[in-house]
Amino acid sequence: MIIGTAKESYPADEALLTTAPQRVWMTIFVIALIAAPFVLSNYWLYLACLAMINVISATGLNVLTGYTGQVSLGQAAFMAVGAYTVAYLERSLGTPFLLNILAGGVIAAAIGLVVGLPSLRVKGLYLAIATIAASFILHFVFVNWTAVTNGNSGATLAPATVFGIELATYDRLYWLIMPFAVLLVWGAANLFRTRIGRAFIAIRDRDISAEVLGIPLLRYKLMSFAIASFYAGIAGGLWAYLFRVVTPESFPFLTSIFLLAAIIVGGMGTILGGILGAVFMTLTPELLRVVVDLASVFVPDAATLLSPVRTIVFGALIVGFLILEPRGLTEIVDRIRRFFRLWPFRT
Amino acid sequence: MSEWLFFLEVTLAGLGSGALLALTALAYVLIYKATRVVNLAVGEMLMLGAYLFFAFAAGWGLSAWIAIPLAIIGGGLVGGIVERGLIRPMLGESAISVFMVTVGLGSVIVGLVELVWGTDPRALPAFIDTSPLFLGEAYVSRKIAVAFVTAAIVIGLFLILFRFWRGGVALRATATDQAAAYSCGINVPGVYSAAWVIGGATAAGAGLLLGAIGGISPVMGVFGLSALVVVIVGGLDSVLGALIGGLALGMIQSWTSTYVGGEYTNVVTFGIMIFALMLRPYGLFGTHEIERL
Repeated sequence: MIIGTAKESYPADEALLTTAPQRVWMTIFVIALIAAPFVLSNYWLYLACLAMINVISATGLNVLTGYTGQVSLGQAAFMAVGAYTVAYLERSLGTPFLLNILAGGVIAAAIGLVVGLPSLRVKGLYLAIATIAASFILHFVFVNWTAVTNGNSGATLAPATVFGIELATYDRLYWLIMPFAVLLVWGAANLFRTRIGRAFIAIRDRDISAEVLGIPLLRYKLMSFAIASFYAGIAGGLWAYLFRVVTPESFPFLTSIFLLAAIIVGGMGTILGGILGAVFMTLTPELLRVVVDLASVFVPDAATLLSPVRTIVFGALIVGFLILEPRGLTEIVDRIRRFFRLWPFRT
Repeated sequence: MSEWLFFLEVTLAGLGSGALLALTALAYVLIYKATRVVNLAVGEMLMLGAYLFFAFAAGWGLSAWIAIPLAIIGGGLVGGIVERGLIRPMLGESAISVFMVTVGLGSVIVGLVELVWGTDPRALPAFIDTSPLFLGEAYVSRKIAVAFVTAAIVIGLFLILFRFWRGGVALRATATDQAAAYSCGINVPGVYSAAWVIGGATAAGAGLLLGAIGGISPVMGVFGLSALVVVIVGGLDSVLGALIGGLALGMIQSWTSTYVGGEYTNVVTFGIMIFALMLRPYGLFGTHEIERL
């Protein structure tokens, strides 16, 4: 409880944003989100779209790993399921894009339920390894079920259309992706104020105690898997509309590690962490590109160094955050907030 | 008759790669037994070992018989540095966090190798005679036979060391009960370091055998995932499980790729793993962990 925020009514206590500065910052943030397509260049809009897709997927993984404590290394495979569902529906049935994206989420959630089944018997690291296995098996399906996925050559799809307008440019796609990101993150933030969300947290903190308290473990673990996969499926569906081609290599195993790294870097078990981590991890490779461009003046073949340097920085970020700042970027933000709480009276 | 002979040859080739799997699995088991860390970077440490050998033998032009021990010592050194620098600060953190540290470490090693040696696959300088070998009538590649014999000797050596060597007993004691081992005067941090050094050296050794058979590239670390399947099926803390699981998986992979098709290898491998996990969550030979509240 923060000093000076005495709550006098239940609605005040239940509010998502409790303090005036939080509301001010949120207003600024919403204005920035709406203003972005009018100010940003095409390239930055593309990055914004990609970052928001990663935010959706990372938030889903955060529900599963950060809040329920079930480590999954299969999130990318569920994104692929969503992307392929959208591609298939768009190509062969031509259904409206909103329906396609929702179907992507639902089918990913259904497969997530199946993949979550081992959580009945195994947990912790063994579960993480079981999800690795699941993602490799799904990859095999994507390569070989050519009737639906078109195999290794990949599935291309037409852009989404709304009232005859093609959502083909990044400033239009932004209006498709941004509402999804906002809605889903908002939904996740509210989830942890309900019985289901509280049960997830109880399972994370001690699963046996949670079961003793009357939480059916299997049902809630599967529910968590389904929610995480639903988020991944939606993110994958949006990804399919952003790039308009889906191949089995679109969502490699590395993407799963990327998403897990995003919530570690951002801060596990906080909504803000999923957002910060996904945005940070999406933008870091671009930052490195700028650095390498600058270095190319001094180093002859700097461009060839870009890919290895990205790989090294990616790994070093995971290791560094886990050792030096285990609670992630959220903790850094909190530290800054604590500093300014009584500022300038006490620093 | 010739069909049967072909089957025998396929099986022997499978046993050879299975021995390599078992050797790699041994690196997982060693590190897990002593420190309770599943080190996903074993595959990358294996790759680094192969590249070290490449650097010593092809880059510096050393004879293979000097380069091999150097590469293995290098692998051990890497293991030791990783333990002191990255794993020791994570002492007491949750298993998942430490696991993720090793995932990040794997990424760093891949990046470093690509930075130094580039991404192109390369062939290791030949240090094994290539003339074919016949076991009765069945043909065996000499490289695979050498890999099998080496792996068998090393695993046998480990089994003996665990049983009779003081350090091996200390390692088993630490694995069973850390606090009790401490109070018996066992240098537990020393055991931790030793396990990582030996694990790193084993991985490097497996790496140069694997590189001698199939060439080296920065992506050869995925071999570590196959070995991880072996460890999960066999039990994370069982040397015997690693041995039997490795040989079995090697043969199964070999049969699958010959009789069903190469693209099915991964599915069968991971399918077996999920099946084994559902049947016996702690592996075929692993000890069942009892959870305390």
